[in-house]
Amino acid sequence: MTYTQLAVVGVVVAVLADLVLFRTGLLRRRVFWVSYAIVVVFQLLTNGVLTGFGIVRYEGAAILGSTTPADGPPPFIGDGRLAFAPVEDLLFGFALVVLTLVLWVFLGRRGVQRTPYSGPPRRWLAGAARSEPATGDPSSTPGGEGHG
Amino acid sequence: MAHLSYLAVLAFCLVGTLWLEVLLRTRVLTRLRRLLLAVVPVAMLFICWDLYAINARHWTFDPDLVTGIVFPGGIPLDEVLFFLVIPLAAILTLEAVRAVQRWQVGDEPDEEIVDGVRIQGDRR
Repeated sequence: MTYTQLAVVGVVVAVLADLVLFRTGLLRRRVFWVSYAIVVVFQLLTNGVLTGFGIVRYEGAAILGSTTPADGPPPFIGDGRLAFAPVEDLLFGFALVVLTLVLWVFLGRRGVQRTPYSGPPRRWLAGAARSEPATGDPSSTPGGEGHG
Repeated sequence: MAHLSYLAVLAFCLVGTLWLEVLLRTRVLTRLRRLLLAVVPVAMLFICWDLYAINARHWTFDPDLVTGIVFPGGIPLDEVLFFLVIPLAAILTLEAVRAVQRWQVGDEPDEEIVDGVRIQGDRR
């Protein structure tokens, strides 16, 4: 199989893991897509470095694009590349991230160190973050940090 | 120093996400068992993929830009670390978003969720 084919399989497996196998339903959640958006930005950056500098090189027969040139960087955009990296890397990354997060959430749901939950952010970072104590407590201070 | 190039990229990822553990209190490293049970199986799966791809020559590594430490099958140490660092970063990111927004992730008991947000019942 080519990288392209394996990458598509990877995405399918990840989606099935979330929706059918582990039933975590992460792909339906806002928290996942916001997190994934952040991850993708960093992926384009770091993967761009890995592939743009030729640290990792690809064989044209295995990807949609052409073989990584021996001299000089691959195209930044075009010829099956985005930010120097093969578009297949986006699918690969999606599969890696989704499978990891599905397992993380599944384990939590099964009671494996579900708590303590993350947060709240430390006080001086709180700013606009919703870190106040539960609503309905008029005596509470804003940006409460007291949960330790 | 060029041999540390790949590792430098991974270090950047770690620096870019480990601060979340401290400043946003993601509590991922403190939930080590859950972290390892999530990361290790997926890493093993992707290492298998990587071994296949390396042997089928889907991709190769510039020997001047990786550490030179290679495991049986031809997978560089750098790649093995990649499959530990990136999933860790992804989990830290998810937990960071949750720490700030308290949006439902799916591992909370139903009674703790109101309108898709976890009520501040941190006192379990």
